[in-house]
Amino acid sequence: MVELIVNNVLQKIDVEPDTPLLWVVRDDLKLMGTKFGCGIAQCGACTVHVNGTPIRSCVTPVSSVVGKTITTIEGIADSTKGTELHVVQQAWIDHQVAQCGYCQSGQIMSAVALLERNPTPNDSEIDAAMSGNVCRCGMYGRIKAAIKSASNQVQMYQPEAMAAPSDSGIEENNNG
Amino acid sequence: MGKWTRRAFIASGTLVGGGLLVGVGVGVAIRPGHRTPELAKIVESGDEVLVNAWVKILPDNSIKVIVPHSEMGQGVHTALPMMLADEMDADWSTVSMEQAPAHPEYATFHLARHVILPGKVPGIVEDTLTGVFLKASEIMSLQITGGSFSVRSTGQLGMRTAGAAAREMLINAAAEEWQVPASEIRAQNSYLHHDASKRSAPFANFAKLAASLKGPEQPTLKTPDQFKIMGQSVERLDIPPKVDGSAVFGTDIDLPGMKYAAVKAAPVFGSTVVSIDSAAAEKMKGVIKIVNLDTGVGVIADSYWQATKALQSVLVTYTESAANKLSTAGMFEQFGQDMDAAVANGKEQEDFVKGDARGTLAQSDNVVEAEYRVPFLAHATMEPMNCTAWVHDGQVELWAGLQNPLGTRDFIANKFGYETDKVTIHNVYLGGGFGRRTLPDYPQQGVQLANALPGVPVKMIWSREEDIQQDHYRQAVISRFKAGLDESGTPISWENQFIDKHDPVEAPYIPYAIDNQFIHYTSSPTHVPFGAWRSVDHSQHAFFTESFIDELAAVAGKDPYHYRRDLLAEEPRIRKVLDSAAKMAGWGKSMPAHWAQGIALQSSFNTIVAQVVDIDMSSGKPRVDKVFCAADAGFVISPDGFIAQMESGIVFGLTAALYGDITLKDGAIVESNFHNYKMVRMNNSPDIEVKIINSGEPMGGAGEPGTPPIAPAVTNAIFAATGKRIRELPTSKHDGSYSLS
Ligand code: FES
Ligand code: FES
Repeated sequence: MVELIVNNVLQKIDVEPDTPLLWVVRDDLKLMGTKFGCGIAQCGACTVHVNGTPIRSCVTPVSSVVGKTITTIEGIADSTKGTELHVVQQAWIDHQVAQCGYCQSGQIMSAVALLERNPTPNDSEIDAAMSGNVCRCGMYGRIKAAIKSASNQVQMYQPEAMAAPSDSGIEENNNG
Repeated sequence: MGKWTRRAFIASGTLVGGGLLVGVGVGVAIRPGHRTPELAKIVESGDEVLVNAWVKILPDNSIKVIVPHSEMGQGVHTALPMMLADEMDADWSTVSMEQAPAHPEYATFHLARHVILPGKVPGIVEDTLTGVFLKASEIMSLQITGGSFSVRSTGQLGMRTAGAAAREMLINAAAEEWQVPASEIRAQNSYLHHDASKRSAPFANFAKLAASLKGPEQPTLKTPDQFKIMGQSVERLDIPPKVDGSAVFGTDIDLPGMKYAAVKAAPVFGSTVVSIDSAAAEKMKGVIKIVNLDTGVGVIADSYWQATKALQSVLVTYTESAANKLSTAGMFEQFGQDMDAAVANGKEQEDFVKGDARGTLAQSDNVVEAEYRVPFLAHATMEPMNCTAWVHDGQVELWAGLQNPLGTRDFIANKFGYETDKVTIHNVYLGGGFGRRTLPDYPQQGVQLANALPGVPVKMIWSREEDIQQDHYRQAVISRFKAGLDESGTPISWENQFIDKHDPVEAPYIPYAIDNQFIHYTSSPTHVPFGAWRSVDHSQHAFFTESFIDELAAVAGKDPYHYRRDLLAEEPRIRKVLDSAAKMAGWGKSMPAHWAQGIALQSSFNTIVAQVVDIDMSSGKPRVDKVFCAADAGFVISPDGFIAQMESGIVFGLTAALYGDITLKDGAIVESNFHNYKMVRMNNSPDIEVKIINSGEPMGGAGEPGTPPIAPAVTNAIFAATGKRIRELPTSKHDGSYSLS
């Protein structure tokens, strides 16, 4: 049994400790927005946040994140107050970024983490933060444009809106 | 549009709740439900009609369009409803869509007409068309998304007619109810208005009556100046679920009691299982069953991770053949020998002949020769192949992202001995297609696994390694050229020989005015399976022909843009696209040291695309700074969607040009994942500027035509910057070999 806090919910899951976090999130917690693309940390489709840092969940054994705070694509919307979508998600719609869309959860998770760390990234900072995420549909130009417009929005929301969610009010859920 | 549009056949019906349902076919009307079972006759008479495109008006006055094509990122789930809604004068904000079920009533029949009537079935679906009724299948089992056809076949011939018919029927119904002439009623934003009597009412009020009226035989379509929705950039309907993780792809299928499967097929194509040692795997936690798939092995387990781990400890031996000895070097050697032999023995397979190319070459003082090569390429869709199947109660249900759901349904029925109506296909979002998801191999494996565990749904997901090593590949090709130039450097003869011909037929043909041409090909089969890869033959041939014409320009001492331009005097439409790209790029502008421009063009799927690349070679490796792309697709339904498709096609083609290389060693594919099958990423993705030219000519495709010109534009730019001509892709093979002075 491992315990994780996923999108503010405490989860208890009966799973082998070497299981990658990706499959725990998808198949045990049924949070299907996080995708499998390569399994070897080469594509970024599986990106989630662990204590606010973007990681590749396909190579992260669940045992290594026990007790940590995990955020998936399904959990980022509330981090921008007062809207149903995170400003980055809205920017993705405004710029019509997605084609097939399969990479986009991972792209958005990388972008959100970048802007939380650095609300005004320049081109090379965006390149550095985003080049671990492959988009086979080649929407890099739109991703970059969306990050830039979200960057302006994020500044408007600073500082409270982008603060990490507080630990209070964590629900409990037992998947064992 | 040919004889199929002589008369439109409109079928209507009433929905539960009083809505209107309108469908349309073309040709001579046969009522739905009266389809003749004698398929061969259908083909011969050519008069069969299927109801193929539907619109529903719901009681709340919203409109639902049923789309018989798969959404794989190309925006077709938005573009087709736009076409219908515009003709209907519907309020776009109330329009939604749903994907048609894999049922013959929703065959993408117009595609069949469009493609088959003048010629043959498109190669992208050949694998799913089997059996003695091949010809009938061509007509009956097409629900294909590929060949950039959706908008210009289903959309132009079906969706627009259905929308216009629905509008006319609603107007006729209102005329009856209001007792005014139909000509005085106008439709706007899903309402009908009779201005003289100041009456207005929503479409939905007349839906029931409209459904009982006879449909118009030939509804009047709008002219482009009347379009309100077509030609506008609207937000795609499929994007919101793709930003919050809620879009359901094949890998996301989750059924009660579902088990998980991992598979590994024989590394050498064509090999079959000799023996399986699964003793260790069977003891592993969660393992339910080891399945012999004949060409590979699968493990079913309680979780995907358990299945993946157990698979690694299954030991399989496979049959061997001569294919086990083939390597990439040996394959190219074989290609070269077969090409030599074909010419020596007069066994050239003729493709295109004009004038006397060999005669004029023999007399020419200035003959230029070159040989080019491209490797195999894998599709590497972002979502690896996967399929969930459930065998229960004498039937099979299957969930997958498919470019050809109806063909897959027939294939599964044939393969496993089901009646077709016992096979149910649930098509979902495709995490990329590019031609890969026209093939039925992964659904077949899915059903094999489900058969091993009857009554239990089984979700199979390929590893990325499997996805790259068990693909059907873009053909590796050698292409050889000879051209004869006159004193002014103008080509007067052109001979081209290449390996293997697939689709489309015109891919190797050049737009340039050269009087004497002989284009021919030689078959040189290998055991590596062929698959249609975004733009099919165009992506290789554009590289060959657009590189060689660039070489001729260099030999002639002429500017490569003007050299092409002079040879396009009889092709004003193509010339205009070329001029546009050159103008956008500021062709000839001054650039920093080791920077240069390259230009290329290719017409494919009825869309003409020219691209200019700004390249920076100062690091000794190509860095594409910017791509200028001009495209004439006749008329573009959704400009922003079209631009996105060009951007996508360019990055896809650039990945192939810079890095794409699938190689063979001992008969097996060497590359396995994104570390050795490299992709363009954000840090090496160029800025892309796209200009749309709406010429008003027949509509062309969007998904594929952006891909072919980019490789030659890049290598032509490399030549301009360094003097080194790249004749073999990818360019990464040549890194470090450029002389920068
Ligand atoms: S699936 Fe984790 S990085 Fe590709
Ligand atoms: S949108 Fe298809 S892979 Fe990025």
